[in-house]
Amino acid sequence: MGRITLDKVSKSFGEVNVIPPLDLTIEDGEFVVFVGPSGCGKSTLLRLIAGLEDVSGGQIRIDSQDATTTPPAKRGLAMVFQSYALYPHMSVRKNIAFPLKMAGMDQAEQEKRVDYAAKVLNLADYIDRRPGQLSGGQRQRVAIGRAIVREPSAFLFDEPLSNLDAALRVNMRLEISELHNNLKTTMIYVTHDQVEAMTMADKIVVLQAGVIEQVGSPLELYQTPRNLFVAGFIGSPKMNFFSGQEAAKHDAATIGVRPEHLDVSTSEGLWKAKVGVAEHLGSDTFLYVHPEGVETLEDTVTVRVDGEMALRHGDEVWLTPQDGKIHRFDGAGLRIA
Amino acid sequence: MATQHSRAAARLMNAPAVFVLLVWMLIPLCMTIYFSFMDYRPLRGVADCCVGFQNYERFITSSSFLSSVATTLIMVGGILAITVIGGVLLALLLDQPIWGQGIVRILVIAPFFVMPTVSALVWKNMFMNPVNGLFAYLWKFFGATPIDWLSELPLFSIIWIVSWQWLPFATLILLTAVQSLSSEQLEASEMDGAGALSRFTYIILPHLGRAITVVILIQTIFLLSIFAEIFVTTNGAFGTRTLTYLVYQRVLESQNIGLGSAGGILAVILANIVAIFLMRIVGKNLDN
Ligand SMILES: Nc1ncnc2c1ncn2[C@@H]1O[C@H](COP(=O)(O)OP(=O)(O)O)[C@@H](O)[C@H]1O
Ligand SMILES: [Mg+2]
Repeated sequence: MGRITLDKVSKSFGEVNVIPPLDLTIEDGEFVVFVGPSGCGKSTLLRLIAGLEDVSGGQIRIDSQDATTTPPAKRGLAMVFQSYALYPHMSVRKNIAFPLKMAGMDQAEQEKRVDYAAKVLNLADYIDRRPGQLSGGQRQRVAIGRAIVREPSAFLFDEPLSNLDAALRVNMRLEISELHNNLKTTMIYVTHDQVEAMTMADKIVVLQAGVIEQVGSPLELYQTPRNLFVAGFIGSPKMNFFSGQEAAKHDAATIGVRPEHLDVSTSEGLWKAKVGVAEHLGSDTFLYVHPEGVETLEDTVTVRVDGEMALRHGDEVWLTPQDGKIHRFDGAGLRIA
Repeated sequence: MATQHSRAAARLMNAPAVFVLLVWMLIPLCMTIYFSFMDYRPLRGVADCCVGFQNYERFITSSSFLSSVATTLIMVGGILAITVIGGVLLALLLDQPIWGQGIVRILVIAPFFVMPTVSALVWKNMFMNPVNGLFAYLWKFFGATPIDWLSELPLFSIIWIVSWQWLPFATLILLTAVQSLSSEQLEASEMDGAGALSRFTYIILPHLGRAITVVILIQTIFLLSIFAEIFVTTNGAFGTRTLTYLVYQRVLESQNIGLGSAGGILAVILANIVAIFLMRIVGKNLDN
């Protein structure tokens, strides 16, 4: 079981209030992703749950037991650190067995669990090597192995993929999702990368400056972002925002349209624009166009078009937002239903 | 990166330094070896060349030789034990965030700056003197009979004095090692259920292995030649005569340069044996 409840949890470092009082419930078996820009307090929040930092106020409950002052080892949680934090002088086997040894488990059971973890994570070939002799991806797997042998009630991941190269990151993302499907254990995953959040999460928690901006499934956040911050943060490339007269036409202070919801035509449309840079990805092309006579929050508007579309720098195009795909926000930046 | 050319240039530029070093080392060494095969007693006007291994034989078979080797090993071993164990504990202590950390650290390093002769004299006269020493007052305060440290526990006293001098060195090196341990590793072990003692044995101590090796190697080199502390305190009496001190006595007190030189060469050989053993035992910690 791994149901974690945060009740008015807050954290200050001296004078600096990093996390104002915050409520959150994480259901058993859920894959929850904390996402937000760097320095917004994601790691701090995770470390509060882990018990590596003391809360300044509020209560943390794990399976309805008050765990606010429980030491980390007694919370039944396992953590995978960004730097992996493997023990460099121990072999992979000893690394993975370490938590079991500390728990005083008998030798046979230790071996059984380590072998199982090694099989699941494809570690068998280098089980007797030291961490220093492994590649980044392999170290990552060892760190995960060390976490799973304990059979914790929840896993905590702090940006586990940020030290890997792009291709490996996609691989490990799949492996972690796969692991979650197999184990069905609660996982809390911290990242600043919204792509990881969108692809892995059952539930995303968007944070900014220690405040929860929105909680919801990836599609909920994509379709109905609660405010300008979430709208701009979730989705890649970023949503385009228009203000001034165009927004006023829709009774809003700001309107937002995602790049994939703008139709492009060379002959007719709502807004005129000039093509700047075009990024050809093959399947899609991202056009960065400069609108003319429209007020936007940023200089360029991003449009996703079909990969076959032949447009070049300096071409003149017309943009039209698709029906029902316009997000409206009021003066305070909140979504208008 | 070095090209053929730059390597040749580097060798050329190194040459003077290597040459000076060789002269510096080889000439005294060769002269000592030469003297050790001579019956050379300048005050008596004796300088007979080439008496073979007679000096070595006399030095080794004299009753003081074996006991001086034993004293040397006990002294070096004792100092190493005290400084390494004390150094690890002090380093852990100094790593904690405490008030006035900067000053405490400077105070801890201070003994290293005191000259050996001075520190030995200070210990001898201010602490260990059976009449006026601070320890004597302390003992009397608790109603005990003061100990005459330097005659009752001479070896221990010298070990203590030298340990006091070398503790800062060990602490300093071990402190930098403690500070280089990643906090995430400690946190990971904490989450893995390791208590304070397990964290020390399984995480901190292995991490310090390399630094401890360095401390032991460097200190051994210097400690094998302890002299001033013995000279100032016991003058080699009461079983504190180390090999170095024996050589000194043979050369200067007995004015037998040939015998002393033989002892010197034996000391070099002993030091090398110790060094080889140390490298065997702990040297594997140095390669990764
Ligand atoms: N031990 C600490 N002492 C003081 N400030 C801290 C400490 N840890 C984190 N902070 C501050 O808290 C904020 C959030 O940090 P963190 O949780 O690491 O952000 P994130 O993981 O989202 O990038 C940052 O502004 C950081 O400077
Ligand atoms: Mg972080």
